[in-house]
Amino acid sequence: MNAAVLRAGRALGKVHGGAVTLAHGAGGRAMKDLIDDVFIASFDGASRTPLEDQARFDIAALAAKGDRLAFTTDAFVVDPLFFPGDDIGKLAVCGTINDLAVGGAVPLYLSCAVIVEEGTPVDLLRRVAQSMAQTAAEAGVQIVTGDTKVVNKGACDKLFITTSGIGVIRLGVQLGVQQARPGDAVLVNGVLGDHGAAILEARGELALRSPITSDCGALHDLVDVLLAAAPGVRCLRDATRGGAATVFNEIAEASATGIEIDERSLPIRGEVRAFCEILGLDPLYLANEGKLVAIVPDDQSDAALAALRAHPLGRHAAIVGRVTDGEAGRVTVRTVSSGRRVLDMLVGDQLPRIC
Amino acid sequence: MKYVDEFRDGRSAAGLLAAIEDLVAGMGLAAGKSIHIMEVCGGHTHSIFRYGLEGMLPRQLELVHGPGCPVCVLPMGRIDDCVAIAEQPNVILTTFGDAMRVPGSRKSLLQAKAAGADIRMVYSPMDALALARRNPNKEIVFFGLGFETTMPSTALTILEAESDGIENFSVFCNHITIVPTIKAILDSPDVQIDGFLGPGHVSMVIGTAPYEFIARHYGKPLVVSGFEPVDILQSIWMVLRQIKDSRSEVENQYARVASAGGNAAALRAIASVYEIRPFFEWRGLGSIDYSGVRIRDAYARFDAERKFAVPNVSIPDPKSCQCGEVLKGVIKPYQCKVFGTACTPDSPLGALMVSSEGACAAYFQYGGVRKAGAA
Repeated sequence: MNAAVLRAGRALGKVHGGAVTLAHGAGGRAMKDLIDDVFIASFDGASRTPLEDQARFDIAALAAKGDRLAFTTDAFVVDPLFFPGDDIGKLAVCGTINDLAVGGAVPLYLSCAVIVEEGTPVDLLRRVAQSMAQTAAEAGVQIVTGDTKVVNKGACDKLFITTSGIGVIRLGVQLGVQQARPGDAVLVNGVLGDHGAAILEARGELALRSPITSDCGALHDLVDVLLAAAPGVRCLRDATRGGAATVFNEIAEASATGIEIDERSLPIRGEVRAFCEILGLDPLYLANEGKLVAIVPDDQSDAALAALRAHPLGRHAAIVGRVTDGEAGRVTVRTVSSGRRVLDMLVGDQLPRIC
Repeated sequence: MKYVDEFRDGRSAAGLLAAIEDLVAGMGLAAGKSIHIMEVCGGHTHSIFRYGLEGMLPRQLELVHGPGCPVCVLPMGRIDDCVAIAEQPNVILTTFGDAMRVPGSRKSLLQAKAAGADIRMVYSPMDALALARRNPNKEIVFFGLGFETTMPSTALTILEAESDGIENFSVFCNHITIVPTIKAILDSPDVQIDGFLGPGHVSMVIGTAPYEFIARHYGKPLVVSGFEPVDILQSIWMVLRQIKDSRSEVENQYARVASAGGNAAALRAIASVYEIRPFFEWRGLGSIDYSGVRIRDAYARFDAERKFAVPNVSIPDPKSCQCGEVLKGVIKPYQCKVFGTACTPDSPLGALMVSSEGACAAYFQYGGVRKAGAA
């Protein structure tokens, strides 16, 4: 029973014992009980149809929503599993929703595959599953299939989650990373770097106490609002790993344009700035989980900005730069001191500087 | 952010730039001639690139990016020794983050970690000592590196380990001292430097007096500088004013942090724990007399070099590297024959490509927007 469609037309099993063991991944009764008790009870406890090995969709119903399917997948391995603002479950749902949303797709269905390290408390797993269920319900998407594997102690770090998602792209929506044109405005929907800073702080290795919380959120509703206000939007990207700087570079490279960012206009919380100052990090490279970069034709940029700012997830939206006819693929920053520098992609991780 | 934003302010920067331009123009330099000012410290190099200062300065003013990036100047042999310690069973090696990527002759610490060595990033030697307390059955080694800025914290950690009777903690000491290296650069025949920006955080510890010989003996102006863009521009202006007035003095722009006498408590900790080595090897510059410190006999049991057998083999720099010439201001980073080709931040050959404070890495990452001819 690898792919289990999460609709159970029967009494749900109950898991025995407080921690996950290898027996819970062995394919027998214990595994069934774990899946029933933790996942099916959280995701779809009310709907009792027989379990199948796959989710099934009505093609006509999908086709009524748009003219193209969007399909994406993402793996989540965050440490710690629970961090200020959110947890790996919410992250796993929002991350995949956002990958669909920034393609202009209406997110509809998710899968959920978990790899659990033996010894992980069942309650922890249940909290994560309930967080996923709540996030999915709020976002109007369904988790329709899943898989559970249990591995030996040390073979994974507590819990890894992979979600895949299907969405439908509406007729006429044509977003593409290669479509930026000189003169276009570069927008972000809010403060940058919160998630990356929150995770670093939550690991507890820094002896820093900060009130920074993750910005994890599902962006599809915000994208709807944005596309309605500015139908000419060229492209959208969610600025996750690698941060906004990496997305700026991806867009400049794909579109063979330059991009100039105005450092003064970047929305970054004071706490995140201070955090980065102390550690020698650049917030433009910190991960976000509820932030997108939008490239918008100049004549629609005001409307786009107003629409973003009117949405709860876009209150701090800003125009942060321009697409230019400068060197193709080159992102530059006009600094707060009025100098100019290149903003490149990072080679690897940002490493804190010694002094 | 208080004490930060005002030192990055574009209007203050513009005012200082205008004053710098006036001073340089007033010098009536012949075409093709320029003033060379070395910023000694890697933190200055980082700020200069981070805020795009180099491209704003007059063309007849060249900044020479000095040797003050302690991570960059670690020679390969020392990294090999560090990897050898990390690979011993039962050892947890702890290090500052930016030392992780420095290449050794076999591998970097990052590669050693991937191969199974227990190597952990810490933000302070005290974190390493806490790890030793939590893991009494493991040997915790701290990779101690940096100039006088980080020397006191390593020294105080050793003193605390001693007073608490902690036996499973030691330091692989690679602390170095900047003054002999400035002297070595000034003694080199091909050097082209008219003045210095002195390292602000080193000076916070040692004070400004140790630089007097630069002004007196070598006749070069030195201004101890803060690290924000406005600090650096003001310090450049102060050096230029000395050159214009034919003065050579040690001046202190960073008086809000550094004092003439330094920090007495920090100096006491340094003096009690370390002694000067007869010589220490620098990547790109070779062996420099009296430029490193080691742990005194009294604290030998906290000295990883004595606790563990290390290969202690000196590995010459790759022949193609021109780091030494860049450090002395003879060539600019992008004029090196391997810059951006055989030597990149991804796989650095030379010292200066290693850390974000290294001049070559800074050019590569932030781009010498004007002088490298880009954008």
